[in-house]
Amino acid sequence: MHELSITQSIVAIVAEQAAGRRVTRVRLEIGCLSAVMPDAIRFCFDLCALDTVAAGAALQIDEIPGLGCCTDCGRNVPLTALLGRCPDCGTGELRLIAGQELNIKEMEIESCA
Amino acid sequence: MCITCGCGETDGVTLTLHPATHEHVHADGTRHTHAHAHTHTHIHPLMNADAFAAAPLRRPTHSPSHPTALTVPGRDRQVVQMEARILGKNQLIAERNRVRLADRNILALNLVSSPGAGKTALLERTLNDLKSHIPISVIEGDQATSNDAERIRATGVRAVQVNTGTGCHLEADMLERAMDALDPAPDSLLLIENVGNLVCPALFDLGEYAKVVIFSVTEGEDKPLKYPHMFGAAQVLLLSKVELLPHLRFDLERAVANALAVNPRLTVFRLSAYTGEGLEGWYSWLKDTLSRERA
Repeated sequence: MHELSITQSIVAIVAEQAAGRRVTRVRLEIGCLSAVMPDAIRFCFDLCALDTVAAGAALQIDEIPGLGCCTDCGRNVPLTALLGRCPDCGTGELRLIAGQELNIKEMEIESCA
Repeated sequence: MCITCGCGETDGVTLTLHPATHEHVHADGTRHTHAHAHTHTHIHPLMNADAFAAAPLRRPTHSPSHPTALTVPGRDRQVVQMEARILGKNQLIAERNRVRLADRNILALNLVSSPGAGKTALLERTLNDLKSHIPISVIEGDQATSNDAERIRATGVRAVQVNTGTGCHLEADMLERAMDALDPAPDSLLLIENVGNLVCPALFDLGEYAKVVIFSVTEGEDKPLKYPHMFGAAQVLLLSKVELLPHLRFDLERAVANALAVNPRLTVFRLSAYTGEGLEGWYSWLKDTLSRERA
């Protein structure tokens, strides 16, 4: 459900930066551990973009895999779900180093004539 | 702050329009770097529009990689590179709330749980037990009705209701407006009851000191594993309704182990708002945290 308000934020940021020019493509970066579902964003995007400069824009989403680093053994652990403890050494805490991204990376806009 | 170049931001959107240097690689492989004021767009005549469209992730040779604008020949389009955090605006307001709360020595706690875990009952009990010792006010978040705020006001404590409508969580600007209306006293405790939902409130910082997750023993022991974001974002776990344990097949130790597997730093209290069992630990934590934050 939060994907709707997140998509509204995406459209608002893009529209503000486009400053009235038409947006034809938006590229996002969404971490696999961000609790945001790319499919839900895609579902909401066209609706949220209606009647804005981003109406009809293509949406491209780069999904960033989760990665944690153990504070004890120092190993990097690929993560598909949030984990608190290192599965390798069993004692260290995992510090997330990737997978929580929620960013707009670029957009394509029509140039001023 | 922008994670790419460290530049500041005003509305949560980071966009630096003028990178200090600019690196080119030409078709023959020569490379050169020069200072560059980006008062214009870049035209790369060696790359046609089709090649550009076919390689959307690898832009030609701009370093640092943001934010520049490339003109796509033949299309009259520019690609604007950005590093905008989608939740940046909420984060900015949350930080403003945090400063405002700290200036007045107000300890704000964001109470989160699934619907029916006993947030309001625990709040009522906490208010009745502590209101003569600590100044407290309450912000109630629900999609609809002001039933909960009325329950809180019945304890004699000041409360404001925020109805989110279709929204499934409180956001930082809602807390800001609620604080404008409530004007919580300096050196007080502000308890914020979020919308009953174990997913969305985890993502939205309100500017609170900590999230407190309430998990009742009538739920499944694996709830922390099913909703790791909320248990990961919280600092305190209140296992509620423990008076019902004799009637349930709920493995309390396994539930705690699951929560700690997701978040080893959780402070855990087991309590009953109905019998009062275990409340002293929760109250001590509240008082200790309040006095530590005042110091």
